[in-house]
Order: sequence, then structure tokens, then C-alpha cells
Amino acid sequence: MSADTDVDHDTVPPANKGLLAVAAVLLALPMIALLWVSSYSRKDPELWGFPFFIWYQFLWVFLCSAMTYAAYRLVLKARPHRPMPGHPDHRSREENVR
Amino acid sequence: MSTLVPAATGTGGVNGVALSVLIVLFLLVTVMGFWATKWRQADSMESLDEWGLGGRRFGTWVTWFLLGGDLYTAYTFVAVPAAMFALGSVSGFFAVPYTIVLYPIIFIFMARLWSVSHRHGYVTPADFVKGRYGSRSLSVAVSVTGILATMPYIALQLVGIQAVLEVAGVGGSSLLAKDLPLFIAFALLAAYTYSSGLRAPAVIAFVKDALIYLVIIVAVIYLPSKVGGWDHVFSAAEAKMAKPSAANPAKPTGAYIPNAQQYWAYATLAFGSALALFMYPHSITATLSSSSRNTIRRNAAILPAYSFVLGLLALLGWVAIAAGTKPIGLDGKPNAQLVIPQLFEDMFPSWFAGVAFAAVAIGALVPAAIMSIAAANTFTRNIYRDLIKPDATHAQEAKVGKLVSLLVKAFALIFVLTLDKQNAINFQLLGGIWILQTFPAIVAGLYTRWFHRWALLAGWAVGMLYGTITAYKVINPATKGHFGGSLDMIPVIGKMGYIGMTAFVINLVIAAILTVLFNALKVDSGKDETIRGDYFADADDPRVEKNVSMDAHLTTGTP
Repeated sequence: MSADTDVDHDTVPPANKGLLAVAAVLLALPMIALLWVSSYSRKDPELWGFPFFIWYQFLWVFLCSAMTYAAYRLVLKARPHRPMPGHPDHRSREENVR
Repeated sequence: MSTLVPAATGTGGVNGVALSVLIVLFLLVTVMGFWATKWRQADSMESLDEWGLGGRRFGTWVTWFLLGGDLYTAYTFVAVPAAMFALGSVSGFFAVPYTIVLYPIIFIFMARLWSVSHRHGYVTPADFVKGRYGSRSLSVAVSVTGILATMPYIALQLVGIQAVLEVAGVGGSSLLAKDLPLFIAFALLAAYTYSSGLRAPAVIAFVKDALIYLVIIVAVIYLPSKVGGWDHVFSAAEAKMAKPSAANPAKPTGAYIPNAQQYWAYATLAFGSALALFMYPHSITATLSSSSRNTIRRNAAILPAYSFVLGLLALLGWVAIAAGTKPIGLDGKPNAQLVIPQLFEDMFPSWFAGVAFAAVAIGALVPAAIMSIAAANTFTRNIYRDLIKPDATHAQEAKVGKLVSLLVKAFALIFVLTLDKQNAINFQLLGGIWILQTFPAIVAGLYTRWFHRWALLAGWAVGMLYGTITAYKVINPATKGHFGGSLDMIPVIGKMGYIGMTAFVINLVIAAILTVLFNALKVDSGKDETIRGDYFADADDPRVEKNVSMDAHLTTGTP
């Protein structure tokens, strides 16, 4: 019997809480920035003729995309997949032990 | 024909070249739709998993196109620019922050929903709710809401197709001539959705996106310079929005940049729409058809490309102001929904106007197909199988699904023919008010079983009632009809805000209070068939035992 057949799967798989917190901040920032309308409902400074109100929100398309991708990498690293009984990795490990 | 109005500039008469190009591209897409049945073919289409989820094997890119297919629709191409043109940024540009904050939101909970659905073979959000809370009433509430909320959203797509055909000159002022092209387009859509299921929209999504990007790139480079540059576009928009409104001269026409009274409206419209979108059966269908837990998260990082495009399209509404576009319908009355097709017809050579019309029309068809399939999946699994015929075979389920997808389209048609089409973006917001009420049951359920099932049901009911009644009471200033808008005073805060968000908060508060009460009274909280580990499962983790015999049919497609 390998150790991981004894795992109680009615638990949350272990994770690096610090990395998850960083990912949470990265995901929260775009929401806070865009819902805080008074921070950007201005006409100036303009950029290439675009009012601040417009180009600032366009800018967040790219920032949000970058932050979401960073969060994706962090989350993958923070919580490695814990195979459940019947998972191919799981089975091969069981066989090795046998 | 005798009632012909003196030809309104531009709209009058058939644009032969544009119409021919539109018809050719449209036929091409239809042929592809039929061909789609053969693509990555399974042994049989006679199972709901095959017809409705494409066999759950779409990778990052196909999923990306599929999601794009239902996110960027006639809403993007017709309704948002029309709202920008008619009423300005608060009514239209909120769609940009909406589609940006959407991705962090789905990043957070969608992977969990994928995992638990994979483990237990769930196809719809109502399946999950039933498994998690052991409550059939709550699951039926979720599915009925999903089907109801999808109808105005499909109706919005119909408005988009109709707008294109109207500007291209199809139809006339008589009742039959006006609606005939709409019925033809829908008969085609219905036919190929019926035979290919989700495969049809997945294949067409490629053509659609290619067309859309072509049109957008040409439009945003060529059009602003033709009307005098972005500077001129923004000053024309600012001038128009400041002018007194036609419906109520005491107020300005609209908002150029939101003022302090409109911050709450802008933020709640954006946030409420973002929370709502991934509660629709069709968005969840597209997500669950992806091949692994992390496909959706990778997608969340690349989907914002669509948001940028959406912002540019929204601004075309202001380009039309600078261009002096006059969207006049075949009945001789102004109709803001026609503004983008009309702008294309005025500004582009006829053949390219035809390409642009095709992009809009196909861009409305694909999501309409996806939405009706998803609503049908929901009906079949959660109402037909749970309530009407529990021992239905897979072939029977697939058949009922196909029939219901036709029925849902028919209901959407009724929405188009009876409701006010002038402010079509409101169709989507109305759907949002309803669908948002399923959010607490679904999303809170992905994290915790703290909420009591009956408390969630009560919260849902109150949210639905409050939202519907409040929206009904909003009177359209131009037509004096009900369901005239989606903004109302937020209680306590005292500013205008999205009715859906207010209803959502009321829903949550009631669910929380009643949970405490029901737990104190020791009311049975139902059986939970999921375990914590299920919410982190990935593609190689097997399904839970109890479903194995049934799901063997679903995944292999054998009868």
C-alpha cells in the first residue's frame, strides 16, 4: 500500500498559502481598479485623441490579461494536483509498490 | 407596397452587391454547419454528451473560439454600439469593464465547477446544484431560470440579424415581408443545430471570428480617418451627449464620461453583468466541453483579446455620430439598432459592406445556436429526466433536447416580435437580472455547504420577484412601455444602479438569514454527494463509481 491510497480525499489538497494569496491579489486588482469608477472618469490626460476614461480602460485589458496569466502560473505551482484513486499515476505507483 | 415611405436616405432600396455577398457567405456557413457533424466524429450523435458537449474533448483553442462565440455576439456588434450612439458611455461602454473583470471572476470559480462536473458527470449547473444540496426543487429553480434568462438573450441575436437584413434592404413595410427574412434565417439555424449539435457552432466559430477580425481591423483603421480622426469622433460624441434629450428636454441626451451620479450605475452594470454571464447555461456548456480543469484558466488569460475588440466596436457607435449616420428603418422611423449596419453601408464599398453584414449575421447565429442547445440540455436533464421521465434512454434524451432547442428559439422569436427593440441591450440586462439569482446557489455551493438549501431557494424566489417587478416598473421614456431599462434606485445607497445587482444582494441576505434560522430549527439540509477532493479533480481522475455504468455510454457514444 502506498502512502497516497490512505489519503482522505474529503479534504482540500495541500497548497502553498503564500502563493495563493499573491494570486488572489493579482486577480482582485483589476476588479478594484475598474469598479472604482471615480478614479478614472476624467477626460484628461488624453492619449492620441482618446480621453483618459477610454484609454485607461483599454490599458486594463492588457494588465488584466497579464495578471490573470501570472495568477494561472502561480496557482499551478501553489497546489500540485493530487491524484485520486483510479488516476493513471496513482495506479502505476500502486503497482510499483506491489 | 402601396404604403411605401418616401425613400429614407441610404436605407431605401436593396443593396444588390452587399446582399449577394451576404447570401453567399451565409450559405457557405450553412454548408459548413452540416459538414460539422463529421468533424472529430463520435460513433453516434444519439447521446446528450455528444450532441450537447461535443464529447467533452475541446482543447484550449477550440474552447477559446467557442467561448468567444457566445461572449461576442449581436450584443457586441449591434446592441452596445447602438447604446453608445443613442445614450453614451453609461449605457454602452460599461461593457468594456464588464468583459475585463469577467476573467478574474471565472478564473476563480470555473476550475472548481469543471472538476466537480467531471467527477460526477454534470452537464448543467442544475445537475451540480442537485448533487450538492440533494434538492430537486433548487435544481428545477436553477434550470427554469436558465431557460427563461436565455430567451431574451437569443432574442437580442435575432434583433441583430434583423438589423442587418433591414439595412441590406430585405423586407418591406407589410407585416409578412418585414419578418420573412428573419424566419428564413432561423429555419436554417434551427436545421443545422438540430443535426450537428454543438459541433456546428464550434466549426462556424472559426469562420465567424475570422470575418469579425477582418471587419474590425478594417473598420477601426479606415472609418475614423474617413470621418476626420478620433479627435473629431470624441468631440462629436461629447457635443451630442450634452444636447438636451429628445424624450425629456430637461436632461442631456446621454453620458460622454460618467458623472458622480452615475458611478454606481456604471460599476454595478459592469460587475453585475460579469457575475451573471457565467451563470447562463450556454457559458457553462462551453466551459464544461473543455478537455481539462486548467483549459478554462488558460483561456481566462487569453480571452481579454476579445474585450479589446469589444471596446473598439463600442466606439464605432461614436464614429457613427461623427459620420452623421442616420439609422432609419424600412418603416421610416429612426431605430438606433440599425446604426452599425447603416454605418457600414454608408462608408464601405458595397462588396465589403456585404462581408461586414455577414460577419454581424453569422456573429449572431453562432451564439443563438449555442444558447438554444444549452437551454435544451438543461431542460432535458433537469426537467424531462428528473420530473417527467426518469427512465428515459439516451436516444430519447437527445431527441427531446433537439426539440426543446427548437422551442426555445420559437419563444425567443416571440420576444423579438412583442418587446421594444429600440434598446436591445436591455434584453441582455433583463436576462442578467434573472440569471444572477442563481449565482448564490451555484457559486457559494462550489466553496461551502454552509447555506441551507431552502434558504437558497427562498433567496432565489425573492430575488426573482424583486428583480422582475422592479424591471417591469421601469418605463421607457420614448415608448412609455414597461421593461424600459435596467437601472433603478438602490435602496440605502440612494443612487441609480443595476436592478440585477440589488436583487442579488437581497437574495444573498435572505439566504444567509434563513440559513441561520433553518439550522437552528434543525431542518434537514439534504444529502451532499460530493467530497472536498472532487473540486480539485483533473481529466485523468476517474468519475465517481455510481455514475460509471451510465457514463460509459456518454463518453464512448455507444447506445
